[in-house]
Amino acid sequence: MHFLANPLRFQRIADAIFPWAAGGAALLAPLALWLALVVAPPDYQQGEAVRIMYVHVPAAWMAMFVYLCVAAGSAAGLIWRHPMAEVTARAAAPIGACFTAIALFTGSVWGKPMWGTWWVWDARLTSVLILFFLYLGYMALHDAFEDPQRGARAASILGLVGLVNLPVIKFSVDWWNTLHQPASIVRLDGPTIDPSMLWPLFTMMGFFKLFFVAVLVLRIRAQLAERRLANLRLGAEGRA
Amino acid sequence: MMRPLLAVLRRDLRLARRRAGETLLGVLFFVLALSLFPFGVGPAPDILARIGGGVIWVLALLSVLLSLDRLWQSDFEDGSLEQLALAAVPLELVVLAKCAAHWLSGGLLLVLVAPLLAVLMAMPAEAMLVLPLTLLLGTPTLTLVGSIGAALLLGARRGGALVALLVLPLYIPVLIFGVSAAEGALMGLGGTAQLLILGAMLLASAALAPFAAAAALRLALE
Repeated sequence: MHFLANPLRFQRIADAIFPWAAGGAALLAPLALWLALVVAPPDYQQGEAVRIMYVHVPAAWMAMFVYLCVAAGSAAGLIWRHPMAEVTARAAAPIGACFTAIALFTGSVWGKPMWGTWWVWDARLTSVLILFFLYLGYMALHDAFEDPQRGARAASILGLVGLVNLPVIKFSVDWWNTLHQPASIVRLDGPTIDPSMLWPLFTMMGFFKLFFVAVLVLRIRAQLAERRLANLRLGAEGRA
Repeated sequence: MMRPLLAVLRRDLRLARRRAGETLLGVLFFVLALSLFPFGVGPAPDILARIGGGVIWVLALLSVLLSLDRLWQSDFEDGSLEQLALAAVPLELVVLAKCAAHWLSGGLLLVLVAPLLAVLMAMPAEAMLVLPLTLLLGTPTLTLVGSIGAALLLGARRGGALVALLVLPLYIPVLIFGVSAAEGALMGLGGTAQLLILGAMLLASAALAPFAAAAALRLALE
């Protein structure tokens, strides 16, 4: 934990991870797209529209996973005052918001031909929309204070409070009788989806994960550089 | 332990009474905003009765949202918040006492005028009992959850609009169950399950929100 608190060391590790994540994402992207768009069979009911699922499901998983990362970083920042945890959480939030927006958008595009409507106010959709607002609130709270430290701490508290929403999203399809289909992959009795569709989905998932790590490293780098720049400016003003 | 908390409660209630105009503004907003709906959607009684429960709940929610800056802001400005933080009682309990006072001088009044609004919306007679009951269980939750958002924004550059962004997403579940409890009871389907969930949300927020709000207050006082 303390080993990672040094920004320079942290950045060296992040730099070492970056080529693997970015390279892996670049390799997996065409493979995943080919599997999802060409190899995977069309659904007997949904036809070709089922292919939207290969983007929608990984994006929705990432939306929740990234929020978990934000909350974990927030907790580490609040409990141990770990500076890099705060930086990581802050860097992850906009990426998570984008994944949430993608999940909402693709779901809506899929919903129009399948359900006959762009949007329904069922429990799963509403709770994901709340997740999106929580991301926005987290990001806005970060920038609401003169003192960046204060903004980071306040946003961290909000990030932890928002954690109550994650189980609601996960179990909303079980608790309520909704239009959104229930979980078909993470189940006690094994996935109820055919392997010919499962593998493209997992490949896409791997691509999303690696893409997230690569962008996260870029954003962390940018933030550390921004902070260093602010410090240099302060120093220059102090000398002048 | 109880005495200082009761003192906080009494002090806040007295302050609310002395600033009665400010306190009643929330109720006034509640009634005024409701009177816009007959003009907006037309005065047909069946339409008004149909949307009445939802409209009254949404307005109660917005009224609580508007009153949130009353919770910490003046104490933060005149320094009494720091005194409270230094007191021997845990800040979490002080938060609970202040939220209780805030609800007694805000949310409770909304509950009391709700029957009148049900009449204005041409709702059936049972609504005059059912609607206040759901608000009675729901509005304290709104105050408790809102206290976190208001505390987080103490000293922020632009608090006003931000508090809505922070707090409204967390209000949505309360709204959903409040409205469905009221409508379920009015349509004869029974709203007991939703009322129980409203009660559960109240208990959970009473147990957890003071910790988050107290952490946010300590941060603001650093």
